[in-house]
Amino acid sequence: MIPITLTVNGVRHEAEVEPRTLLVDFLRDDLDLTGTKIGCDTSVCGACTVHLDGRAVKSCTVLAVQADGADVTTIEGLATRGALHPLQEAFWEQHGLQCGFCTPGMIMTGVELLGSNGDRLTDPEIRRGLEGNLCRCTGYQNIVAAVREAAAGPKAVTP
Amino acid sequence: MTTQVAETTTNIIGTRMKRVEDPSMITGAAKYLDDLKLPGMAYVAILRSPYAHALIKGIDTAKAAAQPGVIGVYTGKDFEHLPPLPCAWQASGTENFVATPRALEIDRVTFTGAGVAAVVAETRVAAEDALAHIEVDWDPLEVVVDVERAVEDGAPQLHEAAKGNIVMDWDCGDAAATDKALAEAEVVVEQRLVNQRLLPTPIDVRGAAATYEPATGAYTVWMTSQCPHIMRLLMTAFVFGIPETKIRCISPRVGGGFGTKIFLYPEYVLVAALADKTGRPVKWMESRRENYVATTHGRDHVTYIKVGAKRDGTITALKARTLANLGGILSTIAPGIPTTLYGRMLSGAYRIPNIHCQVLGVYTNTGMVDAYRGAGRPEATYVVERAVDLVARELELDPVEVRRRNFIQPDDFPYDPGILAGLSYDTGDYEKALTRALELVGYEDFRKQQEAARKEGRYLGIGFSTYVEICGAAPSAWIGTGGQGWGASMWESANVRVHLTGKVVVTTGTHSHGQGHETTVTQVVASELGVPPEDVTVELGDTQGAPFGYGTYASRSAAVGAVAVYNALQRIKHKARRIAAHMLEANVDDVEFEEGRAFVKGSPSSAKTIQEIAGAAALAYDLPPGEEPFLDDTYYYDPPNCTFPFGTHIAVVEVDSETGEVDLQRYVAVDDVGKVINPMIVDGQVQGGIVQGVAQALWEGAVYDEDGQLLTSSLMEYAVPKATSIPRLQVERTETPTDVNPLGVKGAGETGTIASTPAVVNAVMDALAPLGIRHLDMPLTPERVWTAMRQAKS
Repeated sequence: MIPITLTVNGVRHEAEVEPRTLLVDFLRDDLDLTGTKIGCDTSVCGACTVHLDGRAVKSCTVLAVQADGADVTTIEGLATRGALHPLQEAFWEQHGLQCGFCTPGMIMTGVELLGSNGDRLTDPEIRRGLEGNLCRCTGYQNIVAAVREAAAGPKAVTP
Repeated sequence: MTTQVAETTTNIIGTRMKRVEDPSMITGAAKYLDDLKLPGMAYVAILRSPYAHALIKGIDTAKAAAQPGVIGVYTGKDFEHLPPLPCAWQASGTENFVATPRALEIDRVTFTGAGVAAVVAETRVAAEDALAHIEVDWDPLEVVVDVERAVEDGAPQLHEAAKGNIVMDWDCGDAAATDKALAEAEVVVEQRLVNQRLLPTPIDVRGAAATYEPATGAYTVWMTSQCPHIMRLLMTAFVFGIPETKIRCISPRVGGGFGTKIFLYPEYVLVAALADKTGRPVKWMESRRENYVATTHGRDHVTYIKVGAKRDGTITALKARTLANLGGILSTIAPGIPTTLYGRMLSGAYRIPNIHCQVLGVYTNTGMVDAYRGAGRPEATYVVERAVDLVARELELDPVEVRRRNFIQPDDFPYDPGILAGLSYDTGDYEKALTRALELVGYEDFRKQQEAARKEGRYLGIGFSTYVEICGAAPSAWIGTGGQGWGASMWESANVRVHLTGKVVVTTGTHSHGQGHETTVTQVVASELGVPPEDVTVELGDTQGAPFGYGTYASRSAAVGAVAVYNALQRIKHKARRIAAHMLEANVDDVEFEEGRAFVKGSPSSAKTIQEIAGAAALAYDLPPGEEPFLDDTYYYDPPNCTFPFGTHIAVVEVDSETGEVDLQRYVAVDDVGKVINPMIVDGQVQGGIVQGVAQALWEGAVYDEDGQLLTSSLMEYAVPKATSIPRLQVERTETPTDVNPLGVKGAGETGTIASTPAVVNAVMDALAPLGIRHLDMPLTPERVWTAMRQAKS
């Protein structure tokens, strides 16, 4: 067992983990942060996407020990003081989710994609930016619309 | 059997209401099966067969049992007392040679991925680690994967009772009349069509958890199910042999089902049995690889068609012979899908006077095949829509004109296609949807562009699918044992309770796995009772305390489930009027109920609100003589007919002449799903469905090698579409209400998947027409298209 210390959603955690423990399993099993999902065995689906030191990563491809000393944000930490992140609002408004299972990962990827100049993103750029996250329900159209809406601010958007 | 379409005043039916489900889903609070953690819970891992066809000579579990953290290791022999799972929908009117899975197989496996042993351990990784220490003495047998090879003489035989690997030999229609019409036809077109096997791929895989209480003999089983009440019925009555009351099934949030979560799987039985055996709460969650090898697959037909027509394009006969690959062993409703839901829909949107369809269900050494989004209707639509295009090509006619020439006309409804075992298409206006779709795509302009492009050596194509489908399943007497062979009924239930405060709780037997049922039902309740949507709670997915209901599949949750809710609300409104009349000292016939208020006709200012009436009903201090307290009603709705959505989908493609790559440039859909409760949700269903159907046409396909190994056993190999795969879809609707139910709704969950596949294939064949290419089987990958183009050019 290896000791690690990391900050998740602003809370500092000290833990001992097996070297092989994946970050996603640590978040879900040890910290009970089950908003981050597992949808494949091969780092393809992106349901497990979280922010590691501000960058979107697939947490099934990161060992918990690699997150030692890191600052992690999961979907549970995205809303601040009860106020939804604009992209969470936009997913709701644009019907960017159906079963909701890919949604946490999709939103975490989308938040990074928006970055500081999200308003300049074209639809093809949004689609390319979401390529590492699979959704089987929506056909992506309303997810793209949600990212576009969050990028544009609270304006009307044609889906 | 027809009823008037509802007219309500405080109507949020038909409006774009944001989903009530979403706040928990967008914040990570929604709980799916893998998020469940029970006190003292142990974990199950399953050893699966590496062989597609083999005898199990023996299993040594001793080493595995000695591994750290292992609580127990079990094999099929530990559960020999439990019978094989039921096959609950067998093909009607013919003998079915049924072989179904056991909790764990005992002496023989017939596909790669069949479960043969299970480890229960303190942690998931301990359980998975221990699997490697189970020693199985296998005796591999000869394998057959190809469905046409499986029915040949000398093919390996999978199940003793099923001679020639035939599960069943079913047919519908008139063979003699169809043969005669084909003999007399001015032209006959023949084609072999492969509808390849697909991996449904919900992003949330399957799982189950269970507890067992020895004192009461009661199980609680959590499972990823679209229909927990059916699961309870099948487990109690057909596997454990205990009363329904001894199992409570709970299906939490389900991350997509697409049909795969309808069925009773061996693992669900196994997990319940292990909770009993170990005395611990246990949980099993499959991996993606397990989802691909051990969860059901979809489609997988090889069909030979003959189409007879007159020279003007009038279709006079359709004959289809289909080999339906049902896998190595039967899933819960496998024989029902390629028979009732496929053969009986082969008239499509057309008046085809002579139809005959023969279906052979076939065992092969592959994974189980059962319902996948659309379930039979995509296969039927593919046959019919390809057939129409092949006739048009043969006669050098416009495929649009051939469709128009054969359309069932608005005044033909109700239309009996002659093969629907007594049902008739309810309502339709096929021309209207086609005309609108042609406008949207700009058909005449496109043909000009196409002609110009062809001169430049570019391959543009346009493809049509003017589909009709059957949903809103189903009248119980029609679908049930004496009819189409489903072993139970298919009505739906709803319970509506208006609490003392006027807050409303609804339970229904349908379950949501992404379709937004809580929102849709809330809109029906709010519209009918005039309560704010936030005062409505919809509870789904738990058999405890809920009336029995049949669940969600076949686009039935609005057309059957929401109608049960609507009908319960009418009785509640009637009771509210009686109580209000008492409160207002008026005659009940003089009291109206509108927008949540009951008042004497002409005096709307002195009204009693639904909240006041609910309070009076709940307190029961002063009710009309003989009136029961409380506003509460349970309605069991058995639909008088199925419903038949329709529409036109158009795909525009360009095929790269150098690489064979198909670029889907535009996609236009005009669907008619009857009245729409929430257009935002319906658009979302249609969009997602289209992308799944396009994926079959262009990318997806399960591939087995000749040893029965699934080569596409992860998302690295199986081509699920990404955000970059698809252009923006243009989705519109016409609205032709059904007269089957009072809401006028038909169902919208599967239209996209059913319609889109042939539209795309027809478009690619149109693009390749100058090369003389008439048909290619799916998926139309660059390699397949490039090879065909190269052969055609040389």
